[in-house]
Amino acid sequence: MTATLSEPAAVGEVPTFDVTLRIRRFTPETHGDEAYWQEFTIQAHGTDRLLDALHKAKWDVDGSLSFRRSCAHGVCGSDAMRINGRNRLACKTLLKDLNPDKPITVEPIKGLPVIKDLIVDMEPFFASYREIMPFLVSESQKPTKERLQSAEQRERFDDTTKCILCAACTSSCPVFWTDGQYFGPAAIVNAHRFIFDSRDDAGAQRLEILNDKEGVWRCRTIFNCTEACPRGIEVTKAIQEVKRAMVTRAY
Amino acid sequence: MQIHQYDVVIVGAGGAGMRAALESSSRVRTAVISKLYPTRSHTGAAQGGMCAALANVEEDNWEWHTFDTVKGGDYLVDQDAAEIMAKEAIQAVIDLEHMGLPFNRTPEGKIDQRRFGGHTAEHGKAPVRRACYAADRTGHMILQTLYQQCVARDVEFFNEFYVLDVLLDTDLRDGTVAEGEEVAVSGVVAYDLATGETHVFQAKSVVFATGGAGRIFKTTSNAHTLTGDGMALALRAGLPLEDMEFFQFHPTGLAGLGILLSEAARGEGAILRNSEGERFMERYAPTIKDLAPRDMVARAMANEVREGRGCGPHKDYVLLDLTHLEPAHIDAKLPDITEFARTYLGVEPYTEPVPVYPTAHYAMGGIPTDIDARALRNNTDVVRGLFAAGEVACVSVHGANRLGTNSLLDINVFGKRAGIAAAEYAATAEFVPLPESPADAVVGQLEAIRSRASGERVADLRAALQQTMDANAQVFRTAESLTQALADVKALQARYAEVHVQDKSRQFNLDLLEAVELGFLLDLAEVVVTGALAREESRGGHFREDFPARDDEKFMRHTMAYRHGDTVTLDYKPVVVTRYEPMERKY
Repeated sequence: MTATLSEPAAVGEVPTFDVTLRIRRFTPETHGDEAYWQEFTIQAHGTDRLLDALHKAKWDVDGSLSFRRSCAHGVCGSDAMRINGRNRLACKTLLKDLNPDKPITVEPIKGLPVIKDLIVDMEPFFASYREIMPFLVSESQKPTKERLQSAEQRERFDDTTKCILCAACTSSCPVFWTDGQYFGPAAIVNAHRFIFDSRDDAGAQRLEILNDKEGVWRCRTIFNCTEACPRGIEVTKAIQEVKRAMVTRAY
Repeated sequence: MQIHQYDVVIVGAGGAGMRAALESSSRVRTAVISKLYPTRSHTGAAQGGMCAALANVEEDNWEWHTFDTVKGGDYLVDQDAAEIMAKEAIQAVIDLEHMGLPFNRTPEGKIDQRRFGGHTAEHGKAPVRRACYAADRTGHMILQTLYQQCVARDVEFFNEFYVLDVLLDTDLRDGTVAEGEEVAVSGVVAYDLATGETHVFQAKSVVFATGGAGRIFKTTSNAHTLTGDGMALALRAGLPLEDMEFFQFHPTGLAGLGILLSEAARGEGAILRNSEGERFMERYAPTIKDLAPRDMVARAMANEVREGRGCGPHKDYVLLDLTHLEPAHIDAKLPDITEFARTYLGVEPYTEPVPVYPTAHYAMGGIPTDIDARALRNNTDVVRGLFAAGEVACVSVHGANRLGTNSLLDINVFGKRAGIAAAEYAATAEFVPLPESPADAVVGQLEAIRSRASGERVADLRAALQQTMDANAQVFRTAESLTQALADVKALQARYAEVHVQDKSRQFNLDLLEAVELGFLLDLAEVVVTGALAREESRGGHFREDFPARDDEKFMRHTMAYRHGDTVTLDYKPVVVTRYEPMERKY
């Protein structure tokens, strides 16, 4: 057992415990072209996130350990990584919610080229995003005031507006792992966000783009994406809705 | 080293930077340089709303908004700038809607509006519904919408490039350049995080939109990356920083963590309570109670804790009570912040009140600009071609205390103005020749840190800085506490001269990045504390227990802090007063 709770904490005290991180490292400048595992055992508090533990490892043990992060509370999308085999945000994963009896494995998200440690090249991910026309296209003349939209029309695409482009969904998708050309769930989610927006006029064009052989039909309804989404977006459902729209042309 | 040439270079890709880019890129050749991917910027963490007197749900007008902004800022606001912001707010919201921002809607399909702290009808008579919003993720929607539009217009980004120097044609660092003398910008030097290469960007116009500096404090709502880069670069280049002692502590940070819980919670009806269950804001602001401006609420909370009415085992926080609100209403209007309470504190806001305490949130001060976002090098002279917008800038529309929602407004109104002004200037200006070996200073600075074999650790120094700032320069300040903070900061600066990093590599050397960021934080902390020590009064977010009253005679003026050599010197600048004479600030 590598992580144990210390003495029972007094009421209101935050218990501390040791935790071991087993991190997949890749540092071609110093350790050659092979990735390797490194373990860090650090002391954590009951409210600590995995990100706090990574920071302790970096700040107190090995400054070369590299990972992206920014907001530290699950809204910026910088720190998606594979934690005990599941894609999650390090800043939204509390250590106490992971099994403390075993080392916590931390790896870069899959399917994108690893550059250094947990940092991957996000460019292919953003390239797919850019391809689906992720912006409102309105051909009608703009009113001087706001366009009207009913609360129900607004609700229709609410779920997919939550996307933070962290790539947790796309890099959890087995289709994407084997076929990097596949648009991937995140791009489809962002297409959904506009296809079902009553103010948008480019739904047909986006459906055309996603009708491609690397488009929505590559989705095998595996639900990994839905499980991975740190924003709770029903990703698989959104993809299904896009597929249905393609068949029925109703959106 | 690579050299690039653009008419306009925008540094920072948050709300202000991208709003500027949308204007600039349609007019002249523009590049946006950001140390993060644009969608990682902290604009995305803003929650509650963006105020504009649309009057969609009740009577409102921009003049009331102007007044609220001036009074909320404890009369340190430049009133001409506040008026522009409140007037242009209306178009700024419409612009965003036209770009596709999914605002919440009224039953008639118009943009819905809700209450927010300090925003009132008829000059303080009652709270008014002025904040346009998209649930409690308004900042996220603004950031995404602006990025979407940048994609649509093919704006050129240099992502994960860190700007480390601003190049001027005149050396301002010793403070001897006379007033009136012309000074112009020639570009910036950036460091490519992915490769470790330096890049020089020659530009006719440079727009700083680098955001805030909340990481000088330990308890903060700010991202790890908010290290005041643009402010510190300006200061080091010999430009002044304005009103840096005014830092906003947001009342409702998750206790112990600092994660923001939007004021929209109180806008929707949530109530702050002390250990006796009392709605204590009734004593501090009898008219608008929990919707008083943030500085007053934060002080009231800290005071309740200090007087022994705090909650929890250490009596060190108060409670934000949403339990009387319908769960469906909470889910519709406040889904994210209630999830934060569940995720990080294990508290169910439907049934349990949420532990909260003030958290360092927003720098009211920054690079002084005029109303067209042109950066000033003293009280009157602009630096030709240099602009700033958003939290990095001080126009000043926030004065001594920013009202909630006015930051999302600021980035949109002044980001747009900056983009237009920068492009218009660049359209007719010539490139200013780059200095010889423009990147030498940056390369030398980086290599000095990278090559040092041993020395001080970044994390130790940063923790010590944040510790002393929380202890000595937070909601309550005294000459004694600030003197202590200043001594601590100076000692840390001396130790920083020996800072070293373990990572010696080129690719993604974030160890090195953090070391540079720490240098910025230390410089800015010194400015904050020096300004706070000299300002022997209490105004807005700056509260001196030894000088608890506002002193308009001596201090109704902006602080202008310069760093010449190794010392920070202070000067002052008059406040622009147009319509509103200072009054006592009661709510």
